[in-house]
Order: sequence, then structure tokens, then C-alpha cells
Amino acid sequence: MSDLIFKIIFIASVFGISLFIAMYTTYAERKLAAFLQDRLGPNRAGPFGILQPLADGIKLFFKEEFIPKVSDKFLFILGPALFMCTALMTSAVIPFAPDLKIGDRIFEMQAADLNVGILYIFGVVSLGVYGILIGGWASNNKFSLLGAIRAASQNISYELAMGLSIVSLIMVSSSLSLRDMVEQQAGLNWNVIYQPLGFLIFIICAFAETNRAPFDLPECETELVGGFHTEFSSMKLGFYLFAEYIHVFISSAVISTLYFGGYQFPFVSSMEPGILKTVLGAAVMFGKITFFIFLFIWIRWTLPRFRYDQLMNLGWKVLIPLAVLNILLTALFILF
Amino acid sequence: MTFAERIYLPAVFKGMGITISHLFKKKATISYPEQKRPMSQVFRGLHVLKRDEKGAERCTACGLCALACPAEAITMTAAERKSDEKHLYREEKYAAIYEINMLRCIFCGLCEEACPKAAIFLQNDKMAPASYDRDDFIFGKDQLVESFRQN
Repeated sequence: MSDLIFKIIFIASVFGISLFIAMYTTYAERKLAAFLQDRLGPNRAGPFGILQPLADGIKLFFKEEFIPKVSDKFLFILGPALFMCTALMTSAVIPFAPDLKIGDRIFEMQAADLNVGILYIFGVVSLGVYGILIGGWASNNKFSLLGAIRAASQNISYELAMGLSIVSLIMVSSSLSLRDMVEQQAGLNWNVIYQPLGFLIFIICAFAETNRAPFDLPECETELVGGFHTEFSSMKLGFYLFAEYIHVFISSAVISTLYFGGYQFPFVSSMEPGILKTVLGAAVMFGKITFFIFLFIWIRWTLPRFRYDQLMNLGWKVLIPLAVLNILLTALFILF
Repeated sequence: MTFAERIYLPAVFKGMGITISHLFKKKATISYPEQKRPMSQVFRGLHVLKRDEKGAERCTACGLCALACPAEAITMTAAERKSDEKHLYREEKYAAIYEINMLRCIFCGLCEEACPKAAIFLQNDKMAPASYDRDDFIFGKDQLVESFRQN
């Protein structure tokens, strides 16, 4: 019974942490954007503007709720909700820390250790595009529909390359469970060392999947007004924007789990399982996640947006062949 | 293009290097209400009607400023000084009403140049304030004449 209670507490805290980190990623994004452009950024709400995300949230809640008359009301509300749900669901299979051993009881620091963990993430993430597509369709607006279609085709194109880059990773680790993958990377045996090309493909695809610059074509203010979320206002828009930041958090977690050893750090295997090991592991994991979130923001404020045909060229003509090549190389490496 | 140029990654890393270097640079932001940027010495802002060293108004309502004004923003009505008002006005004639329409004014500074009594100046540290009401932009003597305490 207490296992169940622990799981409930753990899931609730992962949920809370995801929301909290997403909230402060918006702040980090604005602050870093400002710093990279020689500005100061938000600094009015609280010391160093630390309360800015709260102020933004309150503002979004109090803005006028506007639903176009010609829209399909049910789908219009379903879109952002679905996007948010799928974004939050992916955190279930990510191992955040080593097992916590108290007495002879073992608590897993993972909501669910699925033996198809990585496939689960892929499945849920590709469902996320329904949120965008439904939202764009229900708005009954040509720009929104265009943005939604772009989002769908972009996600499908990059999901392929991403899946192929994972195949070679699975060949190396011969497991689909994220926990097994992390355990195999003990010490400094990080997959990024053995799979540099796969990592590169994966991270480019992760950027495209989160719909962030330089791949933020679905929203694309200059061409599509606001893309799929043009007609959305108030907290429904907030959900779309917020879910993007949750995606950033989850992507960072997945990247650090798959390629950077997750919660593993040197000397971890020589430590006794216990609270200290769990806490240190979690700290290492969140350190890596923070770094990747920083990388996401850093790249967003460095690279200009792709043109749509360039995006498709990169996805289909460069990344997919490269991923296939990577599979072949990995196979040769394993065989000989 | 060479191979290095075609895979774009070296250029991407170079760009990232440039942006990250800006993280540590001095910021150009001025936190406005607390921190004010000094105006240029020749900036022409809000008008002021000066007093002389004894505190009497310098303006004699000669009308040269209104004449010089290309936007016709200045209107005034002259009046004769009474004997008990000697400490208020410098000469026998003074401006009973002196108004500048800030919506018309183009801040060219010709009034300042035309004034023979050095009475009107455009300050370089104050701007004409904003308002929601057109009537608020007609500045009378209550807003234009410098107060006694000012140096």
C-alpha cells in the first residue's frame, strides 16, 4: 500500500516540478534573451524580476477569454488541453534519480519503468501534434490552419529522423527501457561518446519537435500572424506557450537520459544506495537538464528561423540519410 | 561551398560563441525612473520664463517671440504695471497672459533667440509632459514662469 502512496506523491511532485521548471524557463528565456542582446530584461517584479512568471500567469488568467463565433467550440478548448496533457505525460518514464533504499525497501525514482520507455515517449510526443492540429483547425482561420499543417508535417518529418537516430542507440544498449539505458552509462560511459552523430541528429530533431527556433515555423509571426495559436487568448494561449516550455524541459531530460548518462556521475557506483546517493543523482540529473534548457535558449537567440523548404530539405534529405548511415556504421561496429 | 561551409555546424558554433560573449558584456539598459540619461546640452525642451536676480519677471510682453514663432504657438496680452507691483515685474509693461500651445510648438528655439530681455528659454532637462486632454497643452504663466526657489 505504501508503494502506491509513494508513487502518488512521486507523480505529483514530478508534475509540480515540471510545471515549476517550465514556469521559470519562461523567466530564464526572457532574462537570457535580454543578456544576449545587451539588455537587462525583466527586473521589476521582485528582486531581479524573480516574480515575473507569477505576474505573467496572473495576467494570462485575467485576460479576456475570446472564442471566435465560427470556431468549433469543443475542439477549440480541446486543442490546448490536449497539447498540455501530452506534454506533461512524457515525464512518466524518465528516471530522475537512482533508487532510494531505506532499510530493505526500494523506492524507484521513476513514475513507471516501462520496458518500452523510449517508444512511449515517442508515442506521446507524436500525439502532441494533435493538440496543435485541432487548435489550428478549430480556429477556422487560414493562417492558423497553415500553421497547424506546417506543425504536423514538421513533426512527422523530424520524428522519422529522430526515430532512426534512436535505432542505433538501441542497437548499442539493446534495451528500450530508459532505466536500463541510464544504468549502462555508469561512470563516464556516456552514449554521446559512442554515438556523436546520433546525438547530433537527435538534438536537431528535438529542437524541431519542440517547435522552437530555428524550427518555430508553426507560429512564425512574420508570415502566419501567430500560426496555430493566432485565435487563442487568455490561458488557452498560455497553455500552448507553457506546454512548449514543458516540452523543452522534457526534451532536455530525455537528451540527458539517453546521451549524457542521466543521473549517473563518476563514483556513483561506489556509493551505497541511500538518501545521499538519490539526492546527489537527482542534483546531477537536474544540473544536466538545466544545461540543456540553457542550450535550447542559447540556440534560439543565435540562429535565424529556417525557410520552410529548407526545413523539409534538412529533415528528409540530410537527417534521415545521415541517421540511416549512422545505423549502418553502428551495425558494422557491433559486428566487427 | 567547401564541406565545412555546407554542413553549417562550424558557422553555428561560431554564432553561438558570439551570442554567449554578449552574456558578459556591459548592458546598455537605463532603468528609467531611477536612472536618467542626461540630455544633450543643446536639447530644446520645455519652455521657462525667467525671473531676474531680484525675482521680478523679465518678460515685457514685447511680442517678438510670438512674431518669431513659425508655428504661431505663442499668444500674449500686455498690461501696465501698477506702482505697488514694482517687485513683480521688471519694467512698466508686462505680460498679463502668456500662453504657449504645446501642440503647435515645434521646439525650434526661435523665441529664445528673438527675446531681447533674455526672458524665455527652452530647458535642456525637461520635456513637455503628456496628457489625455487637448486643453491641458495650453501652458499659461502658472506653468511657464520659473518658481522663486529655482536656481
